[in-house]
This record gives sequence, structure tokens and C-alpha cells, in this order.
Amino acid sequence: MITVNVREEKADVLIIGGGAAGCYAAITLGEEHPGLSVLLVDKANIKRSGCLAAGVNALNAYITQGHTPKDYADYAKEDAAGIVREDLLLSMSEGLNEVTAKLEKLGLVIQKNPDGSYASRGWRNIKINGENIKPILARAVLDQSNVKVRNHINVVDYIAADGQIRGAWGIDLRKEEIVLFTARAVICATGGAAGLYQPNHPGTSRHKMWYSPFNTGAGYAMGLRAGAEMTTFEMRFIALRCKGTIAPTGTIAQGVGAPQVNSRGKAYQAKYGNTTAERLWAVVKENLAGHGPCYLSTHGISLEQAAALERAYLNMAPAQTLFWRESGLNPSEFDVEIEGSEPYVVGGHTASGYWIGADRSTTLPGLFAAGDVAGGCPQKYVTGSFVEGEIAAQSAAKFAEGVAPNFDSAWIKEKIIRQVQQFLGQDNDSPYTVESLEEAMQQAMDEYAGGIKTYYAYSESSLKIARKHIERLTQLSEELKAKDFYGLLKIFELRERLLVCQALIEHLAARKETRWHAFAEHLDYPERREDYKVFINSKLEQGKIRIIRRPLAAGKEEAVV
Amino acid sequence: MSIAIEAAKCVGCGLCTEVCPGNLLQVKAGRAVIRDVRDCWGCTACVKECPRQAIYYYLAADLGGRGGRLYAENTKNEIKWQMYWPDGSFDEIVTAKGEANKY
Repeated sequence: MITVNVREEKADVLIIGGGAAGCYAAITLGEEHPGLSVLLVDKANIKRSGCLAAGVNALNAYITQGHTPKDYADYAKEDAAGIVREDLLLSMSEGLNEVTAKLEKLGLVIQKNPDGSYASRGWRNIKINGENIKPILARAVLDQSNVKVRNHINVVDYIAADGQIRGAWGIDLRKEEIVLFTARAVICATGGAAGLYQPNHPGTSRHKMWYSPFNTGAGYAMGLRAGAEMTTFEMRFIALRCKGTIAPTGTIAQGVGAPQVNSRGKAYQAKYGNTTAERLWAVVKENLAGHGPCYLSTHGISLEQAAALERAYLNMAPAQTLFWRESGLNPSEFDVEIEGSEPYVVGGHTASGYWIGADRSTTLPGLFAAGDVAGGCPQKYVTGSFVEGEIAAQSAAKFAEGVAPNFDSAWIKEKIIRQVQQFLGQDNDSPYTVESLEEAMQQAMDEYAGGIKTYYAYSESSLKIARKHIERLTQLSEELKAKDFYGLLKIFELRERLLVCQALIEHLAARKETRWHAFAEHLDYPERREDYKVFINSKLEQGKIRIIRRPLAAGKEEAVV
Repeated sequence: MSIAIEAAKCVGCGLCTEVCPGNLLQVKAGRAVIRDVRDCWGCTACVKECPRQAIYYYLAADLGGRGGRLYAENTKNEIKWQMYWPDGSFDEIVTAKGEANKY
């Protein structure tokens, strides 16, 4: 048996994940609760970790003049065909402009109109230079004297005791030891889940995807294992992207007003509706009808516009600019081909994630959630994640006051060491590798749970097969062995994804309707059904996912079971 | 989709290993190396972080790559994005850090 060292660290508030939500939570606790000690733990380095690593092209959630937070909440509700928590959407929307002003103060460049207001791109987006948004956030976090940052530590599971979450443990990838964090309150901000489905380019460019391939659904998996209630995993997110580079399309569509056209040069969007899901579905349908590939019609834009697009893409998705230059397909002359990505589970865009109260408390006492892991509040994007980080920070600070500072964690140490040792070893008896199981998982999800191969559609029969594959692969993953801590990370990531897949399949099966085309395309139930105007929630119980239906009016009272 | 590290330029400072969001970069025998090019997301954090411009980004063959290499010279006020083409020519696009995206 390989000996593993355990290090212990203690704080009043533990934040897991240093992306948009986690960093903003840390800044809030630093500025407004300087008496509390805070630990912010990230699997990489907060300077460039998470889905904002490359930058971001715009702030997509902002209330411009003449609009109200209620308008934003209404828009998000309509886009999600009603399956949202309006209380969460409102509290998020009400904070959008304040956090934006704060980011500008911290150094984010935002374009201004002559009157000093922010220059908008549509009624709810503003123009920025978001290339350095993570370094700006990281610097602000490091400026807080009561916040300690721990980089390159991958958190694996929560520590629960006396009916509440009292911390978490993880693996330090640099020092190759276990770290046990105890706290009086915990904020989960680990992001959503990528890598569940076979990606657009399964070979050399398997990680050239929309969402960060390093966001593995850890927060969802940890929550499920600890008994938290989750919501709306079945509202998957599928991004409409530039072909190959998987770069954003919004910059082109909204920036230069390029409509979607098919290979015959016909605009088709109006036939399918204009929600986020419908814009993607339109491409699927046109391809199926033999009118593909589809494009954003950019030909005819000026060379100045094309040059501005090139610069904008360098600030968030440099592959696209390189592609334009290298291929000679300048957008002023050639339309930009588009395609759908593989599906993700991501609560910043759709409503998937922890079932939370207005204060961002989860159903587990002591645990709060913000950003892409938090459910019920779609279209929150970067600024909405900041707001949720702020709310979760205030709630966690308040909760921590009532919790004893000291906590004896000795009893749990041996159990954690055994969990790590199970997967550590030089000799691997199993012929299976993490990579082979991951590929098998992605293939099963692709073929039987509505991936790219089946045009995002699935049926009860296909979900049954997907379920069997995920069960089989989960069993096989028990036997995996890693030689070092990076290998250990890969095993834990795979197991997180398998558990998220298990829950996702049950959610897809439970919503016996097609409420959102492509996002949840159920071939046995191709229409919307009145009796499915409910939340599909779930809990993991004795290894099985139990589905819970909750009314749309549900607020915090119903959230706490 | 990936980055490549030019061993002749790399001094093994390790700055890139700090910022990779996937923990993919390591310093081995005094030089930075990537564990598996297939695991690179293409965020270019390492390209912008490298003080020696020893890391470039390229489009893999399955993404339509034609051998171009994208480097970044990251200074206080701007990023000079330099694209070197197989025929020896090169293009440069400068993005000013103080300037918001037009779109």
C-alpha cells in the first residue's frame, strides 16, 4: 500500500472553485467580512482557471437603460419555456449592474457611450475587453488579507458531520498529498460538466470544445454523493458555434448582424423560433432536410468590420482568427460555417444544478452554491455568477457565525486515505484505462442519450441502453489504478462524470415531453405536455437516482426538505 | 488543437505550468512539456504567459490546420499576436488592452 500524507487546513468559510462565482465570493468575504478567515481552493490557478481562461467576448447579462431586472427575468423564463425559479432570476438580475460597476473599478475595460453609459450590444449585453478578466479577478482576490488561495488542489468530496457540511477534502497535485479542509460554512462554485458526450472532434482535438474540458461536474457529483437535491439536469446546453474552432457565434450574429443561412443561401431562422434552443435546433433541422451546411452570412461586411472581428476573437477564442487567416476564408468574403456542439450540463446557461434557496443555500445545511453549479437560474452568465457568488458569500458568512469553530476531523482521515489508496498503485491488473472508459462513456452518451450522432434525440429504449453502459463503466472504474496524483485526478474526474451521466439519464427519462428542442429531444414524446410544467429534481439514494417532481412556484420553503 | 513548446527557446521557468487550467504542463529536465496535446483546450493562457515566446498555438489537422503558428507578445498595454506561415511570411495583429471589443 502506498503511504499518503494528509495535511489539514482550517477556515471559517471554504470556497471550492475559483472561477467567476468563487472569486467574487472571496472578494465579497474579503471586503465585507474581514474578521472571517477564508480559503479559496482551485484545481488549477485562479489566474486562468475555469471557463474564462481564454477570456470572454462580452458581458451578456446587464440591465441597460429603459429595462428592468424583471425584463431580464422574463426573458430568461421565456427562453427556458417556463422551467425557472423566478425568485432566483430576480435576485440575480437585481445585482447585475452593481457587480459590473465593481468589475470596471477592478480594471475591466468596458466600452462607454459619449454620455458615460456602457455601450451595449442589444438590450442586455455590453461591450468589454474580457481577455484579462481572470487575471483581474485573481488580483482582487489576492488583495484580500483574510483570503488564502490554494491553487492546484482538486477537491474530491465534502466532509459532512452533525447534519451539516463541515469542509471538503482534495488532492494536492503539486505536493502529492491529501488536503483536508475544515470550515464552518462551504461555498461550492466548481462549474458545470463538460466531457460527458463525445465531442465534435473526438481525435486529436478532443478538447477543442465550447465549455472548459476541465470542468467535470465535480460539484454536481459531490452534491449527489452527499445527498443534495439537484434540479433540471435534463435541460442540457448545446452551443451553436463556428465550425471546427467551436468559437462563439454571438459576436458575429449580434456584432455585425449576420443572419443564419443554409447552403442554398436562404435565411431559415424564422421557421423555427428564436430561443437559444431553437437557434440551435434550426441548424439541426436544416441539415436533416438536406440544406446544410449552415452559415452565418457575413459576406459583404466591410474589411474594417472583418478586422474588428479578428481582434475580438483574439480576446476570447484565438483559434477563430488563426483559422480565418490560415484558410483565407475572410468573413467579409466568405460566410462562417456553424455547427452544434455536444451537450453539456451547465447551470449558468440553463437551469441545471443544485436546488437552492433565494440565499443560495443548498438542501444540505452549511453548503451554498453559486454560478454554473447552482440550478434554477439560467442565463446568468459571468455577471450573474458574480451576483450569486456575492449572495452565497453573505449567506455563508451569516451561517458560519452560528457554527462552532473547532471540529475534530481525525475520525474521517483513515476513510479518506483508504479512498485514495484504492486508486493508487504501480501495478494495474485491469486492462482498462481511464481514457478507454472515458471514451466508452462519451460514445454511449452520444449514441443512446442524445448526442451529436442522433441529432441530440433519444427515446426510452435508447436511454435504457445508456443506463446499462454507465452502470457497467462505473463498475469498471472501481478497478482503475493511478501511478501519480495527476493520474488520480483523471480517475476522480471520470467517476464524477459517470455519476453526472447517471443522474442526467434519469432526468432525461423523467421528463416525458420535448420542452426544449435539441436540449431535451424525446422521440417518444415529441410535444410539450401541460403536466410537465414542473421541475424534475433528483437525489442519489443507495446508489440510485430518485426523481422528485416539484411545482414551478417552488421557492425556498419547498427547497428545504 | 494544441500548443507546442520550442525546447530551444524554453528556459524552464515554469510560469506556463502555473496558468494551464488543465494542469497539462510540467517542467521536465529543465524544459516545459505538455502531458498530452489532445488534452489542450486551446485557451492560450500559456502562450500569453511565456516571457520567451517559446510556446505557440496551432490548428490541428482535424481543425483545418495548414502549419501556421500563433505566438503572443504580451506587454503591459497590448498583446502582439504574431502568426508565422509555412512560407516564411508573417502577420501581426495587435490588440490593445485598454480597448473594448467593437462587437
